[in-house]
Amino acid sequence: MTSLTHLTIADALKGLENKEFSSVELTQAHIDAMADAKHLNAFIVETPEHALEQAAASDKKRAAGNAGLLEGIPLAIKDLFCTKGIQTTASSKMLEGFVPTYESTVSGNLLADGAITLGKTALDEFAMGSANTTSYFGNVVNPWKNANRPDVDLVPGGSSGGSAAAVAARIAMGATGTDTGGSIRQPASFCGISGIKPTYGRCSRWGVIAFASSLDQAGPMARTIEDCSIMLRSMAGYDPKDSTSANREVPDYAATLGGDIKGLRVGIPKEYRIDGISEEIDTLWQQGIEWMKDAGAEIVDISLPHTKYALPVYYIIAPAEASSNLARYDGVRYGLRVTEDGDNLIDMYEKTRAEGFGDEVKRRIMIGTYVLSAGYYDAYYLKAQKIRRLISQDFKNAYEKCDVILTPTAPSEAFAIGENEEDPLTMYLNDVFTVSINLAGLPGLSIPAGLSKNGLPLGLQLVGRSWDEATLLRAGHHIEKAANFSSMPSFYTEKAA
Amino acid sequence: MSEIDNNTVLKVARLSRLRTSEAEAAKIAPELNGILTWVEQLGEVNTDNVEPLPSPVDITLHQREDIVNDGDCQEDVLANAYETLEGFYVVPKVVE
Repeated sequence: MTSLTHLTIADALKGLENKEFSSVELTQAHIDAMADAKHLNAFIVETPEHALEQAAASDKKRAAGNAGLLEGIPLAIKDLFCTKGIQTTASSKMLEGFVPTYESTVSGNLLADGAITLGKTALDEFAMGSANTTSYFGNVVNPWKNANRPDVDLVPGGSSGGSAAAVAARIAMGATGTDTGGSIRQPASFCGISGIKPTYGRCSRWGVIAFASSLDQAGPMARTIEDCSIMLRSMAGYDPKDSTSANREVPDYAATLGGDIKGLRVGIPKEYRIDGISEEIDTLWQQGIEWMKDAGAEIVDISLPHTKYALPVYYIIAPAEASSNLARYDGVRYGLRVTEDGDNLIDMYEKTRAEGFGDEVKRRIMIGTYVLSAGYYDAYYLKAQKIRRLISQDFKNAYEKCDVILTPTAPSEAFAIGENEEDPLTMYLNDVFTVSINLAGLPGLSIPAGLSKNGLPLGLQLVGRSWDEATLLRAGHHIEKAANFSSMPSFYTEKAA
Repeated sequence: MSEIDNNTVLKVARLSRLRTSEAEAAKIAPELNGILTWVEQLGEVNTDNVEPLPSPVDITLHQREDIVNDGDCQEDVLANAYETLEGFYVVPKVVE
């Protein structure tokens, strides 16, 4: 039998149902894997005892015939989701020791469906980053290694880097992520797993620590499209506690995966052929086009003319919303407080926030405050919102000619920890293929599609129409089958050697 | 648009409630300038008669009955506070 930690969620559910193993056994295997992989620093908090208690209860529930959609499956939760009774930090010193008294809707949905929580995974501080190098609790290490530089630790991508590393390293069967500008898809690409950012409004934002509220969206990360489909069905759904939650039916995504994609129109946006991306990513993209054709899809050339403005628009809108959202960290109601004798209230606010936030978070708060301030609001913030409409309109026009759009996920393979740090703008370019999808609120899926010359995973991205995750996952399933991505992270090949 | 000097950084830091020294401001100014110079390329896009897009999807905000449906959870609300007294948050003295 395959080692329990190498099963997919779908196969593990069958194994549990057929009594081949129990959730306690499955969970214990993942707890052991977690203990073996401490050097990856994927978790901020590990909850093995809690997980085993949940697993024992889950086994009873299944025996009584009450198994949920994810009954007995051990998952990791990004430390941006508030978890009742378990520390939740957003990887920030500001929230060290914060223990929510409530559960986020999305993690609560997973728990209600029987999922087991292994712990809370690290991220870039407040989800602001693409490399997991801004966490107060240390860098996360990618379980993959560059074959030509095997002694160098690589980033897992970000911001959901701890989740991606945990899933790739077979510590968790799946994990939750959040995606504001690419934070599910880019780390999925860097770690050789799948991840979907659903349509804005599909998953509730309630209880997810806010970064940029008009862009933030939760989604699943797992090793197969089918597993992502199973998790998404559980995570999604209407929530009256989130004012932008969509009151729409959630399809059984996994059930529709087998369908063919004959006649599906796949758009290829010419503006995504940008300078500076490596030839192998371009080759992989071409390969993806061939796979789609082989499956009977029709390839359509499309244009998204405002693509080049998506990143600068994002770096006005996201910081603006962040500066407003992060105003709540004032040292009064929760989190850090820094104060000395004789300090007044303003001193307390300023000292607390100066010490509690890291450099990247402060930089974005200041950019956001600046672009929202009197005299600059129209020139920066309103201008960006107008171009956001043009970007959204580009997609609407494109979807008159096509059903899904195929692009690379990220402009590079995983890079070394410490690289791309010399200038904030260099890091921002990681999201060049992903941000416009958040600005338009569309669903985007990353699928592991191949290896680079350095032996590192590369992902392809599919972008769908609003609310049409089902088509996206079905098309992604064809790429997954064609790519047949079965490579294991160096973390495992080394251990086997 | 205007160049961000150290004084502007200090002003923005004050508005952001981030205690910042002159030395830190000198380090931050070129970073902010770099980002703001980069976003200025947005000026080349013609946005005449384009409405701003504040949210990506057309959702009419749902309304609920105007009844109290939450509360009675003072302990939960105060559970993570740095300092509390008799059911209230405690902050440094505000009124002399």
